[in-house]
Amino acid sequence: MSRGWLWLCWIWPLGLLLLPLVIVLRISLAEPRLAQPPYSPLWDVSADGAVSIDLHLDNYRLLLEDPLYVQAWLDSLGLAAGTALLCLVLAYPMAWAIAASPPRRRRLFLLLVMLPFWTSLLLRIYAWMGLLAPQGMLSQALLRLGVTEAPLAVLHSPTAVFIGMVYAYLPFMLLPIHASLDKLDPQLLEAAADLGCRPWQAFLRVALPLSLPGVLGGTVLVFVPALGEFVIPDLLGGPGSLLLGQVLWNEFFANRAWPVAAALALTLLGSMALFLLTWQFLQRRLGALA
Amino acid sequence: MNEVLLELRGLSRSFGDRVAVGPLDLAIHRGELFCLVGASGCGKSTLLRLLAGLEPPDAGRILFEGRDITDAPPHLRPLNLMFQSYALFPHLSVRNNIAFGLRQARLAPAEIAQRVEAMLALLHLEDCADRHPRQISGGQRQRVALARALARRPPLLLLDEPLGALDRKLREATREELRRLQAELGTTFVLVTHDQEEALSLATRMAVMSAGHLLQIGTPHEIYTRPARREVAEFLGRVNLIEAVVDRCTEEQLECSAAGGLALRAHSPAALVPGESLHLALRPESIRLSPSDSSLNSNPHLDHGPDRDPDPRPNHDRGVVTGISYLGNHSLLAITGRSHRRWLVQVGNDRATQNLPAVGDDVGLSWDTEAMVVLGA
Repeated sequence: MSRGWLWLCWIWPLGLLLLPLVIVLRISLAEPRLAQPPYSPLWDVSADGAVSIDLHLDNYRLLLEDPLYVQAWLDSLGLAAGTALLCLVLAYPMAWAIAASPPRRRRLFLLLVMLPFWTSLLLRIYAWMGLLAPQGMLSQALLRLGVTEAPLAVLHSPTAVFIGMVYAYLPFMLLPIHASLDKLDPQLLEAAADLGCRPWQAFLRVALPLSLPGVLGGTVLVFVPALGEFVIPDLLGGPGSLLLGQVLWNEFFANRAWPVAAALALTLLGSMALFLLTWQFLQRRLGALA
Repeated sequence: MNEVLLELRGLSRSFGDRVAVGPLDLAIHRGELFCLVGASGCGKSTLLRLLAGLEPPDAGRILFEGRDITDAPPHLRPLNLMFQSYALFPHLSVRNNIAFGLRQARLAPAEIAQRVEAMLALLHLEDCADRHPRQISGGQRQRVALARALARRPPLLLLDEPLGALDRKLREATREELRRLQAELGTTFVLVTHDQEEALSLATRMAVMSAGHLLQIGTPHEIYTRPARREVAEFLGRVNLIEAVVDRCTEEQLECSAAGGLALRAHSPAALVPGESLHLALRPESIRLSPSDSSLNSNPHLDHGPDRDPDPRPNHDRGVVTGISYLGNHSLLAITGRSHRRWLVQVGNDRATQNLPAVGDDVGLSWDTEAMVVLGA
């Protein structure tokens, strides 16, 4: 194939990724209007033919000054970090056990991990609503067993959001960690034992450092999308839950404040990009070692 | 020198219904370079893993200086293992790989640094001390693995095919190095290899292993010149195997006959009953060649073929050269003797090369009584 056709490769990144971003950026720099579209035009041609360009940074300033947005940021960061941390704590031993099991059972376990993806996330979250509801299965079972006196009041609380998040994002943590543990040569652990390490010392000095790329990869795969998650907090969270994804949705659909929503979307994207760049940097540092 | 360092008593290990090791008994002496040699899959690597504690034995005991270490976990055993795959830590530099076991032993940092430097110097690794295992050559990796295992100064070092991954030239150089190190440090080495040449050249004592059992234990010279069993004779070097029947057996001498009227004479290893059948081994380099006896050859009643009248003298045969492979310092001749017996004869190429027979020549073969080895089983 001649090199002349190579520009075709750029259709996807330019047309489908960059162009919408440019549009969002342009909206984020406008003023809200009660009009169609609901924002001010970027430039104005006055009667004498002079072109004036109108850039408004107020939307960004609002994001910094309004405690509502600041709180949404902090809540979202906390939820994403907590989700990533709990996923890590749960997924690492699971990935270890899977990697240590015989090949046949390993395939079965991996299949089970990926099985939920065959159903829509929305459906699975609805199922969790049924499970966590005060009259739901879990609550009824706990009442019967006498573990609790009153029906479970978990649904529509931050706890329910947390449970749902960890549930939904666990595979994204587990698979990269499993991939890095699967590559780990068991002889390295034997060599560590031969050189005087107890099993836990061999883990800390050999297995853990060698699986760090998987841990970092999983953390990114969980943290970044969790930061802007909308569906899970909206369905499982309470009325007071205002996370970034929900704020974005509200500004856009309820308030029709497109410029603020656009500014919010861009800052979210920017912070994710920053996070990814940091991760890549760390990855390269680790890559030099591994 | 003959103090027992490590003793194995009835040690055995099976995987399912496949017996990997033993039960076997073995004593390793302090300061020796002991080679375990056997074809791949004979259980020698499993034996090393049993010694290192990476595999539990089904039965038997392992004693180190008389102390039972059978149930000791690997990190508490007074020995180190150099893995066949080297198992170097990919996330650590060469220097830190060597220091790994020393840090684990919680030695003082100054002591660690000093020992690591000494190891780097001993194994000529100074130039790649700060590189990572994947950035160095195979020969360097092998030396790092050796340095890492030796840095802890174990009284016993186990080496699993240490030279396996090296090319021939490097292997021979490293063999020298190993011998030098072993002598310099006084560490007892137990080395596993499938390469009989390596075992013969390195070992102070060796054992030939097959199907989980030790067939023979002795010095390389003993095992090569006086193999106890057919498997040993066949495994170590080339050999002519002769099936024969006992004619007469006295205190010193054994007389037997083989197919085609071949008369054989050997030193008798034990009392044997006439009529008993046995195997004898004869090394190709023990056979002397002579131009065929003209008086017999010129007899017009005899065919010029392999089936001629037997040479009545013991340890003599006649044959026709059917193939010659030239191997530099020596040549191997395939000779078809009486009853289509195939002889393998090694001729040194240092002398009288012009007398080397050509394919199709008639030759006489003869050998000494001492060269004949009676094999058991």
